[in-house]
Amino acid sequence: MISLTNLVKTYHTRDGQVTAVDSIDLTIDEGEIFGIIGYSGAGKSTLIRLLNMLETPSSGNVMIAGKNMNHLSNKQLRKARQEIGMIFQHFNLLWSRTVKENIAFPLEIKGVPKEEREKRVNELIGLVGLEGRGESYPSQLSGGQKQRVGIARALANNPKVLLCDEATSALDPKTTDSILELLVDINKKLGLTIVLITHEMHVIRKICHRVAVMEEGRIVEQGNVLEVFKKPKELMTKEFVKQVTEPEETEEALKQLFKDNGIGHVLQLTFVGGEAKKPLINTIIKSYDVTVNILQGKISQTQNGPYGSLFISVEGDKDEIDRVQDFIRGQQVEVEVIHGE
Amino acid sequence: MNNLLLQQTWFFPNVNWSTMWEATLETIYMASISLVLTFVFGILLGLLLFLTDTGNLWENKGIQTVTAAFVNIFRSVPFIILIVLLIPFTTFIVGSFLGPSAALPALIIGASPFYARLVEIALREIDKGVIEAAKSMGASNRQIIFKVLLPESLPALVSGITVTAIALVSFTAMAGVIGAGGLGDLAYRHGFQRSREDVTLMATIIVLVIVFIIQFIGDRLTNKLDKR
Repeated sequence: MISLTNLVKTYHTRDGQVTAVDSIDLTIDEGEIFGIIGYSGAGKSTLIRLLNMLETPSSGNVMIAGKNMNHLSNKQLRKARQEIGMIFQHFNLLWSRTVKENIAFPLEIKGVPKEEREKRVNELIGLVGLEGRGESYPSQLSGGQKQRVGIARALANNPKVLLCDEATSALDPKTTDSILELLVDINKKLGLTIVLITHEMHVIRKICHRVAVMEEGRIVEQGNVLEVFKKPKELMTKEFVKQVTEPEETEEALKQLFKDNGIGHVLQLTFVGGEAKKPLINTIIKSYDVTVNILQGKISQTQNGPYGSLFISVEGDKDEIDRVQDFIRGQQVEVEVIHGE
Repeated sequence: MNNLLLQQTWFFPNVNWSTMWEATLETIYMASISLVLTFVFGILLGLLLFLTDTGNLWENKGIQTVTAAFVNIFRSVPFIILIVLLIPFTTFIVGSFLGPSAALPALIIGASPFYARLVEIALREIDKGVIEAAKSMGASNRQIIFKVLLPESLPALVSGITVTAIALVSFTAMAGVIGAGGLGDLAYRHGFQRSREDVTLMATIIVLVIVFIIQFIGDRLTNKLDKR
């Protein structure tokens, strides 16, 4: 659906050249939700704007739905953009227009006749769950409702691709979840390809099928979300995964809890998919001479299946503990020692 | 009540009400015609100033500099001097430099650059993200101007034209001094020069009433349009 080859964007600033996007190659398949995560300044904002040519690339190619975006005339580009919806962190609605008029805006641009416009707007209002708010002005809506208007507006012309520029970063956690659910819903119902950029790993966990991690204009790691959670390779990726598993906080809490006795070994086990069902702990206690204490466990759902992390403390002979670790690894479960040798 | 009315008539003994009415109509005529044209030229100039600026749709340093210079020059020349400077131009366009119509070129040329700056400020206030959103939907520059820039800045454009209208009313009074007619002319020639203070006072009161009415309408309209 989308393929980027050797994409580069450099800016000339007073302090010299800045490379915001540095030779990126990327393929995004039709119907998938692809997440790009990175801290601010990583170049993800520039990257998503290169997809619909809001930024023109310095070199390299952007292919969307078989069209080479860099080689379009102004007119062709405008037409191509009508097939790529975009939503924004700050919604970017027209405050002078009602909800209905905002959603009708891209239809007006395309030149859709009035009657058809009204019909389509009413459909979209139902799709994003804004029934009864059609005549309100954006200033009368909450953040979540504004983003729903943004989504309806982006979908008005039946685009093939939806670009989400930090679409949930200005929303509270509960509203974020409802917007993410809406995006998954739309992805399933319409088979829409969604590209989103974010700095929040739980957004990736919740809705993305695949993820790319960006750092200093480059993609340092990419893959299936579950795989990346299970085995993050790069330091940057590990940092993002920690946003979701929170091992530091766990370790901090445990230190407080076991202040006097010491904690012994604390292991973090990461289960992926069906492995979560195996009676792993039971087997360890029965077969090895160790005491196991379950400290904290958490199962999260991703688009590719469940992902669980379990923190256990293991006490016993050092060699025995090593054998326990080997056993766990043998079960295709990731182990990381987060405390103790 | 009856007594009060009598007092008032006694208070303005030299006022010839039909001349006063005529002068009022001339002032309204000059102010309204020049206001309409100032609105049009001001918006055009303001758009040009905004669009040719760095990072905007028609970015063009040359046009930007020339427009900005033009606006600054005509905005800085004191109005009374502008009228005199424009006499040859006015004579060429209107055929005479006397009478209410002859004041129009100077009024428009004096007020348009002023309004153009207000338009430019209004356009700058628009969130760049909204323009970006319109671009991302495939809007042409024309659509961005007519569907985004002008509607989104409308309350500011209206409050700007209110300020400009009031400035225009005072400009017409000045134009009156060089023979354009209107309330300023009446106040100066019939009032001041003949030491009939009541005429000057009455003319001033009418100008104030006009200004209050303009401000009232402008405020109401701005509030009604502003949905933020």
